[in-house]
Amino acid sequence: MRRFLRPGHDPVRERLKRDLFQFNKTVEHGFPHQPSALGYSPFLRLMAIGTRSGAIKLYGAPGVEFMGLHEENNTVMQIHFIPDQCQLVTLLDDNSLHLWSLKQHGGTSELREEHRFTLKGPPGSPPSATQVTAVLPHSSREVLYLGTESGNIFVVELPSFRVLEDRTITPEAVLQRIPEDNCNRRSCELVEALREHPKNPDQILIGYSRGLIVLWDLQNNKATHHFLGSQQLENLYWQRDGSKFISCHYDGSYSQWPVSSDSRQSEPLENTVPYGPFPCKAISKIYWQTTKNGLPYIIFQGGMPRASYGDRHSISVIHGSQQTAFDFTSRVIDFFIIFSSDPAAEFDDPSALVVLAEEELVVIDLKSAGWPAVHPPYLASLHCSAITCSHHVSNIPLKLWERIISAGSKQNIHYSSMPWPIDGGTNIAPDPPQRDLLLTGHEDGTVRFWDASGVCLHLLYKLSTVRVFLTDADPNDNMNTLGEDEWPPLRKVGTFDPYSDDPRLGIQKIYLCKYSGYLAVAGTAGQVLVMELNDEDAEHVVDHAEADLLQDQEGYRWKGHEKLKTRDGPVRFEAGFQPFVLVQCQPPAVVTSLALHSEWRLVAFGTSHGFGLFDHQQKRLVFVKCTLHPSDQLALEGPLSRVKSLKKSLRQSFRRIRRSRVSSRKRRGGGGNASEVQEANAKFDQDVLQEMELAPVQRKIEARSAEDSFTGFVRTLYFADTFLRDSSRHCPSLWAGTNGGTVYAFCLRVPPAERRMDEPVRAEQAKEIQLMHRAPVVGILVLDGRSTPLPEPLEVAHDLSKSPDMQGSHQLLVVSEEQFKVFTLPKVSSKLKLKLTALEGCRVRKVTVANFGSCKTDDYSENDLAVLTNLGDIQIISLPFLKLQIRYPCIRKEDVSGIASCVFTKYGQGFYLISPSEFERFSLSTKWLVEPRCIVDMPEVTTNNHVHKPGTENAARKS
Amino acid sequence: EFRRFSLERSKPGKFEEFYGLLQHVHKIPNVDVLVGYTDIHGDLLPINNDDNYHKAVSTANPLLRIFIQRKEDADYSAFGTDTMTRKKNVLSNVLRPDNHKKKPHIVISMPQDFRPVSSIIDVDILPETHRRVRLYKYGTDKPLGFYIRDGSSVRVTPHGLEKVPGIFISRLVPGGLAQSTGLLAVNDEVLEVNGIEVSGKSLDQVTDMMIANSRNLIITVRPANQRNNVVRNSRTSGSSGQSTESSLPSSTPNVLGSLLQGEEESDEEDIIIEDSGEPQQIPKATPASESIESLSQIELLHESTQNGFLPSSEMSLNHSTGSISMEYEAPEPGRKSLEEDGTIITL
Repeated sequence: MRRFLRPGHDPVRERLKRDLFQFNKTVEHGFPHQPSALGYSPFLRLMAIGTRSGAIKLYGAPGVEFMGLHEENNTVMQIHFIPDQCQLVTLLDDNSLHLWSLKQHGGTSELREEHRFTLKGPPGSPPSATQVTAVLPHSSREVLYLGTESGNIFVVELPSFRVLEDRTITPEAVLQRIPEDNCNRRSCELVEALREHPKNPDQILIGYSRGLIVLWDLQNNKATHHFLGSQQLENLYWQRDGSKFISCHYDGSYSQWPVSSDSRQSEPLENTVPYGPFPCKAISKIYWQTTKNGLPYIIFQGGMPRASYGDRHSISVIHGSQQTAFDFTSRVIDFFIIFSSDPAAEFDDPSALVVLAEEELVVIDLKSAGWPAVHPPYLASLHCSAITCSHHVSNIPLKLWERIISAGSKQNIHYSSMPWPIDGGTNIAPDPPQRDLLLTGHEDGTVRFWDASGVCLHLLYKLSTVRVFLTDADPNDNMNTLGEDEWPPLRKVGTFDPYSDDPRLGIQKIYLCKYSGYLAVAGTAGQVLVMELNDEDAEHVVDHAEADLLQDQEGYRWKGHEKLKTRDGPVRFEAGFQPFVLVQCQPPAVVTSLALHSEWRLVAFGTSHGFGLFDHQQKRLVFVKCTLHPSDQLALEGPLSRVKSLKKSLRQSFRRIRRSRVSSRKRRGGGGNASEVQEANAKFDQDVLQEMELAPVQRKIEARSAEDSFTGFVRTLYFADTFLRDSSRHCPSLWAGTNGGTVYAFCLRVPPAERRMDEPVRAEQAKEIQLMHRAPVVGILVLDGRSTPLPEPLEVAHDLSKSPDMQGSHQLLVVSEEQFKVFTLPKVSSKLKLKLTALEGCRVRKVTVANFGSCKTDDYSENDLAVLTNLGDIQIISLPFLKLQIRYPCIRKEDVSGIASCVFTKYGQGFYLISPSEFERFSLSTKWLVEPRCIVDMPEVTTNNHVHKPGTENAARKS
Repeated sequence: EFRRFSLERSKPGKFEEFYGLLQHVHKIPNVDVLVGYTDIHGDLLPINNDDNYHKAVSTANPLLRIFIQRKEDADYSAFGTDTMTRKKNVLSNVLRPDNHKKKPHIVISMPQDFRPVSSIIDVDILPETHRRVRLYKYGTDKPLGFYIRDGSSVRVTPHGLEKVPGIFISRLVPGGLAQSTGLLAVNDEVLEVNGIEVSGKSLDQVTDMMIANSRNLIITVRPANQRNNVVRNSRTSGSSGQSTESSLPSSTPNVLGSLLQGEEESDEEDIIIEDSGEPQQIPKATPASESIESLSQIELLHESTQNGFLPSSEMSLNHSTGSISMEYEAPEPGRKSLEEDGTIITL
């Protein structure tokens, strides 16, 4: 009979599928991986970031973002907005130039590549002749000046990219007006900087690498002034009135040059080495900003004393007697200043410093005292400590949302209150339909709460679990604690800190109950914390229990890390989620699964050794169950060394070096156990890597057996109120699935609320199912009498879900990596199955129940399984009949970390990491789609005309 | 009818004596019967000589279940591997011979005391250059024991010869099932896994498919050595015992033939333990009613001690209740495989 049901091609269903499912990658959240260039348009108030993979991303007001990708996937070297236009030019490392424009299309603006161009020299000329080093979009918007390695400056017409050969500025032409005793042909090699005169568009300043600076008159095609610096030139900057300019140099000095009316060779007005007298690093970029009170802001990158601070990534701001060197934890890519863009304004009046570092974006408020940082609404550094897990909660009740925001705002008091200064464009996307939270667990023991409702992934609140434990970290070990009169005046800014003090603190599993505000968090050293939301600071003792998961087993020795030491006595916690219970698994292996039932006040946790149930109301361990196979030595010996990547162990070695450098005097002999294990692991990784390189690619074909390693590894835990023993009475139950294909079911007796504290919670094993294919169980689910998945705890109590059907018979769905199986309950008999791996050769990596609504009618929705396979495909499988609905390729199958990081939402969306710092958001639903929709208003187009029409926004920088 | 009696495990005696004993116990001295027993794997195996009689006695655990059938209405197909798993229950299998009426078996000889570990199947429908091999992992302790690799193979296409990626057997583990069959060899090209073509699939996908089917693995290969192929002068032989009037063109490699059948029949069954009781196979949700007709079942109790009869209340299958160890895979603590298999656990 099954044969007849199988292939069916029902046209009604096919149409419905089109109304329900649709695959889109909608937006990338977080910070671009490997940024390489920065640009800013004061006219559009948009910022552009280019990356080493050829992506270009534009950001304006929160919600306004655009993305483009160069076909070549080459590094973006420079980004220049065309003045007063919705256009920008990018220079890639293959020397190609690309013109992009923002065009309105169907009510929203879109970023499109319009033209591409590669400068070609005369036949036979070396490639350096046309290697572009400096780009100047002229304010006339008609031409682009391209400085090259050869010293030639080519002029190309926009937007056609036609080279105007007669207007090329050759080194020979430049040298004509310069006395030969000072200069020769070599002085004009490599154009380092091109700057247009702020008041006179017919003059451009040309800076050559060897120090020669020339003011060039475009009308008469001749050099009117020349300035000879003694040092290698790095960059140039015009002062606002055009009477002076600043040059900065390789030796860490900067000079101020007057542009007098006579064309004599000038001497610098001022030549300063700000961090002298000892040799300094280059100042690679400088701004000189005038203010009303006369004291300029001098802002420059680099220039640190070479010997002692040469490794710092700094940007210094000098304003009168105030001087701060902002110290970034990663390399500074570029920076810009937001200042008055009104051409009529007399002063620059800078308001903000925007710095693109390799791992984060930092914005400094220059208007407020102390120059505080501004909290960015987007481009969050997701990876400020490496992400170890994530958890998504849809549709957060308003009350909880507000409490989390208020807890977060108390953490953010050191941020400036300045509104976000990059505010171009208009966000026209509808308000998000609901409040969604994305929780990320990090290696340093923190959990970050992100507002994932809309396009901007915004940090709401950060929770740290570190305070509960005593760690090696020396609280005084802080690069920031420098004395008052310290020189240079370094100040650490930004949040990116990839070094975890103790890898055991890493967060592995998170479970948040949105109705009760209970949060369970579990980590690398077998720690499980249950927390409650408190709006006030509090000091209290965290109840501590230990769960010995090896109870009835003997003779085993755990060779992994030690458990974390806890703090004795009360601990002070800031407002927010505050732990009240700590359960530590013994042996302290990574917690591999976690479930919380806020109504029954129970938390279940599993490791590679077994699982346990803890009553967090009575603070009592209910039971533990060892799942370990007696012959499984590997699980006993320690952390899963085999799954560790080389990268990770490298990072650990760095961390180790750093840690030993910091506190070498503190540790004597003894406690080197953890690092020995790490070393051994690192060596093992190396060996494995070598082995893999030598051996031909081959795979062993072997049936799984009960003795395989890590069969006891608990992969999934699930609470359900269902018919476990007989069909007349349902009861609370706990289900656990292991790596070896075993499912355990425990019958729970939870006392009624009024006697909840008086009677103990009891548990009794009721069932054990061994899947004969022995594949890891990755999901367990109970379907009610209407074949609907059971609601979450408290969902019914809050009237947000129908109560489950307890009349009809329940069904159990067990998802292993290879098969989906439906069994009847309470008597377990197999009803249906879908053998995924046997048919397609792919395995289940992630599975969730998702609700799909129809885009055509509001009253139809259905529950399906969203499945991500090890090939990176997403499949939607119907419930309860387990029919494959649709399949989309989503992630490259080689991208193992992307696949491992994927998290589905309850409404058919999902996130996965495309780099350590970026989540890609995708949607499987036609109904729930979060994508940027925004408009950037075009300025009035004034072709062949330098003068702006009256009435257009008076925002032009130069005229 | 059921009988229950005891034997001395250490001195089982000869088969002839045992046969006589059975005839005596059942009071059927002149009836020819077939004697069978269920082994620890749940298979129904015959007892017809001293060797398999001794084997049966020595593996009794602790009960030995003996089935006796009248020779004339015996159903030979009930014997062999997977008899339990295939039909859920030996009883229904043996008791309902009408199930098999439509498939008359030509009995060449009595099955001996072994179970198949491999077979060549669908010889009649496959091209001569291909071989479809079935490996019975279930019930043997031997590892499957082979490795596969990527490679390239040459195909005949309308555009001439084309080089295409293929999957090949790269290594046979000495003493493994694959090697012991002699039906697979290094450099054989794998064409199908349980009826599914592997072309277009990656090495990892094929690995996963094979492991997922490891309990009943049917692989179609093109042997590297083509000299041992079955030479068919006429299409009159077929190993699957079906009608030989096969009109199927022998050039289509992916005719499933008995594959689907095999897959359906020997699908592995999960095991459930209720309330820490004894493990049972999980039934299909639609159970068939069973009727007992003409079979007498004897439960034979073996005592390693010389205590004689046990009270009948303890006669039922005497597993240690409360233990949750699987009866199907005898744990062998001595054999620990720590070999790196290339697949890693991803969390």
